[in-house]
Amino acid sequence: MTIEANIPTLPPLSAQSGNLRPILEWLARRAEPVAISLGAILAGLALFSIFITVVGKSPIDLFKLMYTGGFGSWFSIQNSLSRAAPLLLTALCVALPARLGLVIIGGEGAVVLGGVAAAAAALPLTGSVSPIIVLPVMAIAGMIMGGIWIGMVGVLRHYRGVNETIASLLMAYIAIALMNHFIEGPLRDPASLNKPSTTPLPADYMLGNIPGMDVNWGLVIGILACIVSWILIEATSFGFAARIAGGNVRAAQIQGLPVGRLIVGFTALAGSFAGLAGMVEVAAVQGSANASLAAGYGYTGILVAFLARHNPLAIIPVAILLGGIDASGGLIQRRMGLPDATVLVLQGTLFVVILFCETFYGRFKIFNPDLWKRTA
Amino acid sequence: MIKLLPMNRRSFLQTTAAGAAAIGLSPSLFSTTAAAQTALTVGFIYVGPKDDYGYNQAHAEGAAVIKAMPGVTVVEEENVPETVDVQKTMESMINLDGASLIFPTSFGYFDPHMLAMAAKYPDVQFRHCGGLWQEGKNPMNTGSYFGYIGQGQYLNGIAAGYASKSKKIGFVAAKPIPQVLQNINSFLLGARSVDPAITCQVIFTGEWSLAVKEAEATNALIDQGADVITCHVDSPKVVVETAAGRGAFVCGYHANQSPLAPEKYLTGAEWAWGNVYTKFVTEAQAGTPLGNFVRGGLKDGFVKMSPLGPGVSAEARTKFDATLAEMMKGSFSVFKGPIKDNKGGDAVTAGQTLAEDAIELESMAYLVEGVVGSTS
Amino acid sequence: MEGIGIWGVPLAIFAGAIRVSTPFIFVSLGESITERSGRINLGLEGTLVFGAMTAYAVAVMSNSPWLGVLAAMATGAVFGLIHGFICKFPKVNDIAIGIAMMQFGLGLAFFLGKPFIQPVAPHLPSIALGGWSSSPQIQSALNINVLFIIGALLAVALWWAFKNTRVGLILRVVGDSSDAARAMGLNPDTARLLATAVGGSLAAVGGAYLSLFYPGSWNEGISSGQGLMAVALVIFARWNPIGCFLAALLFGGAGALGPALQSVGVTQGYYLFYAAPYVLTLVILVVTSSPTRSLAGAPGALSITK
Repeated sequence: MTIEANIPTLPPLSAQSGNLRPILEWLARRAEPVAISLGAILAGLALFSIFITVVGKSPIDLFKLMYTGGFGSWFSIQNSLSRAAPLLLTALCVALPARLGLVIIGGEGAVVLGGVAAAAAALPLTGSVSPIIVLPVMAIAGMIMGGIWIGMVGVLRHYRGVNETIASLLMAYIAIALMNHFIEGPLRDPASLNKPSTTPLPADYMLGNIPGMDVNWGLVIGILACIVSWILIEATSFGFAARIAGGNVRAAQIQGLPVGRLIVGFTALAGSFAGLAGMVEVAAVQGSANASLAAGYGYTGILVAFLARHNPLAIIPVAILLGGIDASGGLIQRRMGLPDATVLVLQGTLFVVILFCETFYGRFKIFNPDLWKRTA
Repeated sequence: MIKLLPMNRRSFLQTTAAGAAAIGLSPSLFSTTAAAQTALTVGFIYVGPKDDYGYNQAHAEGAAVIKAMPGVTVVEEENVPETVDVQKTMESMINLDGASLIFPTSFGYFDPHMLAMAAKYPDVQFRHCGGLWQEGKNPMNTGSYFGYIGQGQYLNGIAAGYASKSKKIGFVAAKPIPQVLQNINSFLLGARSVDPAITCQVIFTGEWSLAVKEAEATNALIDQGADVITCHVDSPKVVVETAAGRGAFVCGYHANQSPLAPEKYLTGAEWAWGNVYTKFVTEAQAGTPLGNFVRGGLKDGFVKMSPLGPGVSAEARTKFDATLAEMMKGSFSVFKGPIKDNKGGDAVTAGQTLAEDAIELESMAYLVEGVVGSTS
Repeated sequence: MEGIGIWGVPLAIFAGAIRVSTPFIFVSLGESITERSGRINLGLEGTLVFGAMTAYAVAVMSNSPWLGVLAAMATGAVFGLIHGFICKFPKVNDIAIGIAMMQFGLGLAFFLGKPFIQPVAPHLPSIALGGWSSSPQIQSALNINVLFIIGALLAVALWWAFKNTRVGLILRVVGDSSDAARAMGLNPDTARLLATAVGGSLAAVGGAYLSLFYPGSWNEGISSGQGLMAVALVIFARWNPIGCFLAALLFGGAGALGPALQSVGVTQGYYLFYAAPYVLTLVILVVTSSPTRSLAGAPGALSITK
């Protein structure tokens, strides 16, 4: 005797056109991350609104200002894009190792040392070598330095079992101390009296703006890096091996995957992107390496990576969203009299809620076609 | 090498004369009817919190003075880092708030950030706190203003010289840049004018604002015998409280910290930015060109001294007042040769006198004899 | 006051070890409880700063520093509860949640703490153990804060409790294996929730010390990563509370090295000295970790040791 359960059924296959069901299945699977992420963002915004109301301000005003400041005019959009540009690269520094199951939060260290390396590499070359060569050399120097820095974390993790989260954080603090030491000591430009910096890049050596926009080329570099990373992870065997190892390192080792090479390779690549962000900051914004390199891009990148669920393509819109939130921070401060920490509270709330919503994956039947019943 | 205008005093006097004439000619400028005022929106940008009992608070207090002027709207933003963020903040103030006069108050805002914005918005006036503006090199809608606070530190030194029993005084410094070195040297020279045997020990914390290091440095100085402490960090609050807690006397800096240690506070060298901002705003409202290189010391009301505390003896008070009176007449120079540096060389040769606006002071890289410590 | 010359360095290290280490003591003791139960809480940096803010604010408003400490403990427990509650759901990455809570805690602390940057709060009392010395420097160095003494006693008490009490046993069982705990009739989630709450509470006390004693001020730069460093210290100390106490002292002494050396004339490369605590922690971690053996003494259920 069979027991019939009352599960909603789809019409039998024979009653449908042959194409509909697979499309629905495809949609359902794809919809899950989008729906849950959107739901999480909305929930986070709702919680934040409650907080703002309790503080005595109007959440509606706040969101309107956030929109105005972030996306409400061409100026605002460019503001958001400018702030998003470094985040694209520093988020990759977190997202790439995360696919391997490693949580690396010390990207800030790679950013500052990459910037110092880029500035140092430019020192002997400016004036005698054309910018077309100097800029790529700076980029390579920044990437190598950043790659070594985070790669070391990977090496320590694989060969000594040191927890990579804590190690990368310690390395970030050490990096900032090293940066200060070099900028105020051996690499200091004697003319930079009151703000120790390396020798400034001449104007024609700077990485300029995208034509027609007030945003520097770092944005394009970041987007390209995200696309390259996505291709690497989704379409190469190296990336495929990484995704497997990320699921279970021991199983991967047993299967003979080169886990050591994966870990070091990915962490070095991650660090090189962060180092590149440092180079862009030097070549496109500051013109020299100085203490302003430690601007927190590395730490905001952590948030971007987790919000994007470590998907390099998703990093692009998330970085722009966070750039917009950051961009509106100043307006919120000036118009509503709220402290600049308001933006931090919003980011923290979103972060917690998004991470919490990870638990909803696989819980809703509607997103899992395997659980849909089919009557014969 | 930064070259400075030799005519700074004269051009400043010229513009204030013009401003005064404008005031004289238009009595309605200070009438209570706002209709007679040119409405003016002024933007202030701070690198740290406004209420830090130090550098930023001094500027905020100045901003508060002009907020009370009729027709003036002030927009302020704090905690703006010295990256592209400040460019976007300035643009946001110009585009969205309608600001036509901007004061980016932190040293690192000038190059490239303020200069980039000045080039983009030639109708907006930018005035930077520092000494970097150069005629011919920088556009005319930009300028610098700064105060000769070294003389204030000299007066601090006089008070310290009388109060010290151990003949050792201490200085907690952030970074060894010329402005800081000048303050250290002035402090020691002031103390030595009371007793030539006094020495001053300096400890560099390496950062403009790092509470634990500042507390440790204060303790280390007092352990080594110093019984009067002053500092040059962004927020002297920790140094003042820690020193007073250990029983040492303190001299303040940037702003008046006497509420933090009423018994132990001798005096302090404070900024009086309110006077400076009032002059700028008055000129802007009258439509006269603003000064491009504006400097002044105690005499011009740019700098002021805190009221003398209970630890200042009558003898000390007499000498303090006498020196202050000389400074107010403009006839006093702190750096009058011969002065040796603490490595045995000559800092100021015999017969040479460096007035408070001398160019050489801007690139000071030495510590005078009697200062225990090193710049690197 | 006579200067003490080169003796200034060991004295500063000693005094600094006591002064600077107290927040580390509390945060690492709290985290050792949490990690013994099998959960890692990286959000303690946010809890510490929020605790510092709360303690300062309440002390300003009530004029009692101890009330501030109590308030901080309460808020620390709340942060711990939130962390523990969220982490018990499947698929939630507790390391990531820790980082998120850190950012949330920092943001909220800076937001709510804005009005308290200026006012002065009453300080926590200290006990002058140096009365026997005629040297003011030694007297000052031995001016030990009450919280340091409480921290030392707590370390010993926890060490004994982990070994000998029922609660300690429950904690260890839950930390080693959730299945074994359930088999014994325990609820691992509840145990971890409570352990995280207690951990957060202690971390907040560490923060209260920063704002109410040393450096004794509230502003946005009050912490230089103590919360995160303390998590590293716990691993270094092999989850042993007395080891945590000693490691915290070591770290505090290393932090005092820079200014002390400058005060006796060693001025070259002071930035490198400021990096000393971090380098020290990293070196110790490298030396004591191993890729093959899981860390000896590690709670089995702890995610970072898998």
